[in-house]
Amino acid sequence: MIYLLLLLEFMKIGVFTFGGGYAMIPIVKETVLTHNWMSESEFYDFIGVCESTPGPIAVNIATYVGSTQGGILGSIVATIGIILPSFIIILLIASILKHFLKNKYVQGFLSGIKPVVLGLILSAGITLFLKNIGYENSTTFHISYASLICFGILLLIMIIWRYGFKKKMNTVVFILLSAAIGIGVCALMKYGFGLSIQ
Amino acid sequence: MRTLLVLFLAFLKLGAFTFGGGYAMIPEIKATVVEKYHWLTDDEILEVIAIAESTPGPMAINMATFVGYKIKGFFGSLVATLSVSLPSFIIIFVISLFLQQFLALEYVTYAFVGINAAVAILIIFAGLDMIKKMKKTLLPVTLMILTLGLSILFDVLDIPFSAIYYILIGGFIGILLSLYRYHVTKKNKAILLEGLLEEEN
Repeated sequence: MIYLLLLLEFMKIGVFTFGGGYAMIPIVKETVLTHNWMSESEFYDFIGVCESTPGPIAVNIATYVGSTQGGILGSIVATIGIILPSFIIILLIASILKHFLKNKYVQGFLSGIKPVVLGLILSAGITLFLKNIGYENSTTFHISYASLICFGILLLIMIIWRYGFKKKMNTVVFILLSAAIGIGVCALMKYGFGLSIQ
Repeated sequence: MRTLLVLFLAFLKLGAFTFGGGYAMIPEIKATVVEKYHWLTDDEILEVIAIAESTPGPMAINMATFVGYKIKGFFGSLVATLSVSLPSFIIIFVISLFLQQFLALEYVTYAFVGINAAVAILIIFAGLDMIKKMKKTLLPVTLMILTLGLSILFDVLDIPFSAIYYILIGGFIGILLSLYRYHVTKKNKAILLEGLLEEEN
């Protein structure tokens, strides 16, 4: 029963993601990979799509996976699944559990979670970088020069923008720029120098 | 009824025009809820943000549910939550119908070589920004470094270890520490009190 599975799995994601946005990447990734709902590269490509479309990443992924696995009904069920835990928890806190978050055990729990989530976010970024430049597993590593060059150029732009101009980078602009750089670098390597991409 | 309609339209707009998820939505939601419609005060919106950050689930959903509830009770929260999710639901559903064919195009795969590098950079810088704001005492720093090191190691070696376990272990250590702190302050207070009583005698 795919609809029930989608509902339960995305509810689980909704319960265990603290901190929003990038913090849910590791949990969503392991869920979609375990069920073969997405390949790893498709997952990362889709994060790129999420960065350039509005709305929370977690909701976007729920809608997408729901749709590819169970059509329109699947996407509705999965999206409801990811929203429902938040909705119920916030309603409880807003109505009857006003002092729940001030409880010292809850505070202790949250203070332990914050650094862990931060570690998971950084590790998601670093792992994605390693996979991009060609790391597959402990025995296979075909370095991807195209990826490495793109990474270098983009990192330079980001550092100049942040520390040189002291401005906040607009995410959508950065993604569009990176798409152009990706096309430029790959096309130049393939058609300019006759190198293979990968 | 009119308030619900205005709420619906306001959160529909928030859902349609905020890119980059929860944190990007904070200034927009403040401008709409506090400055434009005067539904909540500055203090109330700060409370909403603090609670949305420390409860599970997407921040945008948490904020919408909470703000909706404060404005118009249960139906307010239902309307705000549905309307903030609706734009991305429609956009992603349409994208899902053709994304795989789209990703197979040669120049699109080239574009994604760049986009994937950009996503890695965005994630790492978001993490670095959060480190700046983090409390830099022994326990959080140790927990952060341990999680970072172990999760990269396990990922690289293909050892399955769910992210949920890291979160539960972190939370458990946090509870133990708060118990320990509570115990220590109680003990210190007792010692202090004993000293005071002795002095009096």
